[in-house]
Amino acid sequence: MHFENGEISEEYSRYIREKTLFIFLVFIALILMIIISISLGSVHIGFIEVIKTLLNNSDSRQFELIIWNIRLPQTLTAVVAGAGLAASGAVMQSVLRNPLASPFTLGIAHAAAFGAAFSVMILGTGVMASSLNDALNISNPVITLSFAFFFSMVTACIITYISKIRGSSPEIMVLTGIALGSLFMAGTMLLQFFADDVQLAAMVFWTFGDVARADWKDFYFLSGVTFCLLVYFLANTKNYNAMDMGDETAKGLGVKVEMVRLSAMMAASLATSVIISFIGIISFIGLVAPHIVRRVIGDDQRFLMPASILVGALILLSADIVARLVLLPHVLPVSIFTSFLGAPVFIYLIIKGYRK
Amino acid sequence: MILKVNDLEFQYNSHKTLKNVGFSIQRGETTVILGPNGVGKTTLLKCLNSILTPQNGDIFVKDKNIKGMDIKQIAKEISYVAQKNETARITAFDAILLGRHPHIRYKTSIDDLKKVDAVIKRLNLSHLCLKYLDQMSGGELQKVSIARALVQQTDLLLLDEPTSSLDLKNQTDILGLIRHVVKGHHIAAVMTMHDLNTALRYADHYLLLKDKTIYGAGKINEISSKMIEDVYGIRVDIFYHKGFPVVVPIGNIKAA
Repeated sequence: MHFENGEISEEYSRYIREKTLFIFLVFIALILMIIISISLGSVHIGFIEVIKTLLNNSDSRQFELIIWNIRLPQTLTAVVAGAGLAASGAVMQSVLRNPLASPFTLGIAHAAAFGAAFSVMILGTGVMASSLNDALNISNPVITLSFAFFFSMVTACIITYISKIRGSSPEIMVLTGIALGSLFMAGTMLLQFFADDVQLAAMVFWTFGDVARADWKDFYFLSGVTFCLLVYFLANTKNYNAMDMGDETAKGLGVKVEMVRLSAMMAASLATSVIISFIGIISFIGLVAPHIVRRVIGDDQRFLMPASILVGALILLSADIVARLVLLPHVLPVSIFTSFLGAPVFIYLIIKGYRK
Repeated sequence: MILKVNDLEFQYNSHKTLKNVGFSIQRGETTVILGPNGVGKTTLLKCLNSILTPQNGDIFVKDKNIKGMDIKQIAKEISYVAQKNETARITAFDAILLGRHPHIRYKTSIDDLKKVDAVIKRLNLSHLCLKYLDQMSGGELQKVSIARALVQQTDLLLLDEPTSSLDLKNQTDILGLIRHVVKGHHIAAVMTMHDLNTALRYADHYLLLKDKTIYGAGKINEISSKMIEDVYGIRVDIFYHKGFPVVVPIGNIKAA
């Protein structure tokens, strides 16, 4: 069957350009925010000095130390964690066809936190200390991550299974998330009950997700895994778009729906696990970032995914800057701010009525 | 022959839904699958392009057995329009562009975009081009789904109740369009339908399902009131109005 060839309308090209422009603007904003983030803190460093230091052209040994050892890893960790959580949220919303899905609301984050805590406390894959920044120093990231991933994957499988037999309506997913979230929180509490003083303090601090605790070694591991997963998500955006049209339509378009869904949930769980293992529970980024993007440029995953990645990075980084500055000289963990931001958005979505 | 089905058998869990189903379809034909609710019309349609996998039997599309074929290969031969259209904040153009999915390896080409534009113009959907699906009416959504199936450029179209939620004007538009495309491009369409009058008006051939298997098949003007009585369990008369057959129910067989 052949139709005569058409042409690409000017309107459509303009519409595509607008979306691309949005992504470009967010990208510029993110670059600026990275420089601001490096600049601000208990010691203020001028923008020019920041750029000079990053280009290895600084005169001040002190600034060099602050930037390379503290600010840069913290900033980049916030960028990677925000990007990974936002992408996980966007992909879960799509494959479960559910606007309220995200690593946090489905309980996957809690499961990963339990797994990591279990590994560190029982198997000794990390060293605990009763201070905020060094609450947890993971000495064996592979085993810790394996446990976090195992429990988050169990949760993801339960959710995927429930969505298969009961449908993935928002109500069912949220209730499932509450059930699984409380189950794993109880598990973590059980560990805490039997923990000694230092371990207990470490675990409490650790559940305050905080990007400041990642050093370069953590960052390489975290960013390596996250980067691969982001590439995977971006490569699959057309499949996710097809699944937005319903399972049967997607199958008719040649998409292996069950396989794409399961592997997307696995990849999202892995991203969540690695982020949570290193920096603790960060709530709501996976929900908020994709929703902001959806409001602006719609659900087309080809644009939604890259834009969510950038917006997620931007939000977590901004939240972290605020957390660092708001109560100087105290530096607050960023997760407190993402919850302050996320809970109202979640309630707004419920009141306003979610689409889909 | 574009489609040949031999001895198809399908069961959900251990509940047999279809057995001994065999038929064939030629190019240029619009075939309608008829039968009472729950007889397995949609199941049969879904078996044809491997959305459901039949336990037994063979399905040949253009003489190729689809058993063991990759789902993406099947999507190059058969397109499917589901009964229920999900919506999302995606423009009609991009939703229709998804029809190129089976053909696109890595990147959407200019050629793909041109094909989408050609179908949009052909179906007079230009005004909907940049409208979001979640702002569309049922009729508009259905047209977008059909456009997506046409962009897939297959020789066989499967449509599950294409007009069940549409008003009279949209029904006429869509079925007229399908018929026109089938004849014009010398392809074939198979659709399920529960409205007998619409079926008689727009299809060339029928498949009547009863008791999990085929009760009868043939040219649509060969359907008799006796067949409908047997399959649906209701007495009907078939009249001709200006050359078009019209089915009028008279009453239940038991009541009479």
